[in-house]
Amino acid sequence: MYNLIGAGLIVIGGGLGLGQIGGKAMESIARQPEASGKIQTAMIIIGALLEGLAFGALILGK
Amino acid sequence: MVAKKSIKYLVVLVLSLTSVLGFASVSDPVQGAEAGDPVDTAEEINSYIKHHLKDAHDFHLYTDNKTGKHYGFSLPVIVWTSKGLKTFMSSAFHHDDSGSVIVNKDDVKLVKIHSKIYELDKGANVVNFDETHHAKNAHAVLDFSITKSVFGMLVTGLLMILLFGLLARGYKKGNVIPKGFSRVLEPLVIYVRDEIARPNIGEKKYKKFMSFLLTVFFFIWILNMLGLTPFGFNVTGQIAVTACLAIFTVVIYMFSGTKDFWAHTLWMPGVPYVLRPVLALVELVGFVIIKPFSLLIRLFANITAGHFVVMSLIALMITLKASFGPVVSTGMSLILSLFIMVIEILVAFLQAFIFTMLSSLFIGMAVEEHDHAH
Amino acid sequence: MDQLLNDFSPGLFFMQAVILLILILLMRAFAWKPILEALQTREDGIQNALDAAEKAKLEMQNLNADNERLLKEARLERETMLKEARDIKSKMIDDAKLEAQSQADIMIEQAQAAIKGEKKAALAELKNQVAGLSLEIAEKVLRTELSNNDKQLQLVEKMLSEKSLN
Repeated sequence: MYNLIGAGLIVIGGGLGLGQIGGKAMESIARQPEASGKIQTAMIIIGALLEGLAFGALILGK
Repeated sequence: MVAKKSIKYLVVLVLSLTSVLGFASVSDPVQGAEAGDPVDTAEEINSYIKHHLKDAHDFHLYTDNKTGKHYGFSLPVIVWTSKGLKTFMSSAFHHDDSGSVIVNKDDVKLVKIHSKIYELDKGANVVNFDETHHAKNAHAVLDFSITKSVFGMLVTGLLMILLFGLLARGYKKGNVIPKGFSRVLEPLVIYVRDEIARPNIGEKKYKKFMSFLLTVFFFIWILNMLGLTPFGFNVTGQIAVTACLAIFTVVIYMFSGTKDFWAHTLWMPGVPYVLRPVLALVELVGFVIIKPFSLLIRLFANITAGHFVVMSLIALMITLKASFGPVVSTGMSLILSLFIMVIEILVAFLQAFIFTMLSSLFIGMAVEEHDHAH
Repeated sequence: MDQLLNDFSPGLFFMQAVILLILILLMRAFAWKPILEALQTREDGIQNALDAAEKAKLEMQNLNADNERLLKEARLERETMLKEARDIKSKMIDDAKLEAQSQADIMIEQAQAAIKGEKKAALAELKNQVAGLSLEIAEKVLRTELSNNDKQLQLVEKMLSEKSLN
């Protein structure tokens, strides 16, 4: 039960973080479309790091 | 010309697989454990999915519910027991997964419980379970079997050697531009080199790590894609496999770390002396534990979750039949699982890309040379 | 976590390590090395070709510039030559004109001098002839006039009347 609540919290946090990353990346792509490749790569890397964090927490809590 | 040849190779590969299947299904008269009982309740589906997510000792394709016959082929079991190495075919277990079939091999009694092989303690004849369904009088053995995952890895390795060997041979023959299927592979190799290795490791040093990065990238990608085929591989969803991949990365960046890297990790310049041991500890934990852990967990969790979601959505067909009727539930499950499947194909690539990307990022951190003095 | 550790199979880990190691070594030997080398040589070839093309372009440009310069020079030379020729021509014409003028002037002067001389001579002769003629006429007149008295008187009278008129 508690770990389910924890999982929910993790998902909320991860979702907020991913939203921030994605939104900012979109903004910067809109601002500088010629740098979209670099921004995308950086976005994916940071997203992956966040994902690792979230999954780590999920697995540890399980 | 080359294209025709590669197609021929593929056809031969597929045929050899299927012929083994056919042969096995004939030569392996399996006694069905749950004859005539289709997987149709929620609990059964759940345990079926859990079973799929685990490794298996035989290659199971499908079960004929009427006759209770399993179609597939058995794989060799190689275990290190208390009395040395024992090998036999997994058909000896007769598809039993609950520990009721005991294989007696030179005074070593072996059972299979939840896809894991246990050795019975001395004197025991039946497995006794405690309340949490753990075997009380048996212990796990070192299992070097050619399991389904190992089989999948072997197939992947063979496929890679075949495809990229073909590409390499094309160049050796003097083709400046590859032909046929190799033409698809070449841009991928260039992509890994120019988009992953070069920018993260650096122009000077990336060449040394190309073999590892390319192998790992294609290994993970092909295994991920293999997991999406109906053969039911779940290789990159095995924690041992991803752990091994991550530990390879750690070993490589630890052994190729420059003096600068170690200086910055163990005795950070420009920081008060009191803080330096603390920082060293933090950095070491980061490099030795956290980074590989995040690498292995990411790949494992993504693939496992993907398989779980796809199988659950396919199972909607059965679970929703009672409330929506067969047509609606089938249509819903078809559309949803198709949608998720497309995303999974993207994830299969993305996870391979991210694993390779982060590996090269960590390697790049380790081999980086600071030309500025602190 | 416990379940994960339970799922972790050391045997599978070992098999995977062995397979991956062998695969990396095999792929390095049979695929990656030749592929990457071939790609490198191809890229180098392309780079070289591009460089050569660039160089050729530059040379071509130089050549073109040279040509242009030569053409310009030739044009300039032609222009100057033409100009010189024109100058010479006009100078020659001017010279000729000047010479002709002076020649003409001299000739005219000579002619005028000759005309003057002739005129003088003609006038002198005319004078002589006129004087002779007048003398002859006067002789004849006097001879005829003074042959009778009436006429002598008439003359005297006429002269007198003329005197009175004055």
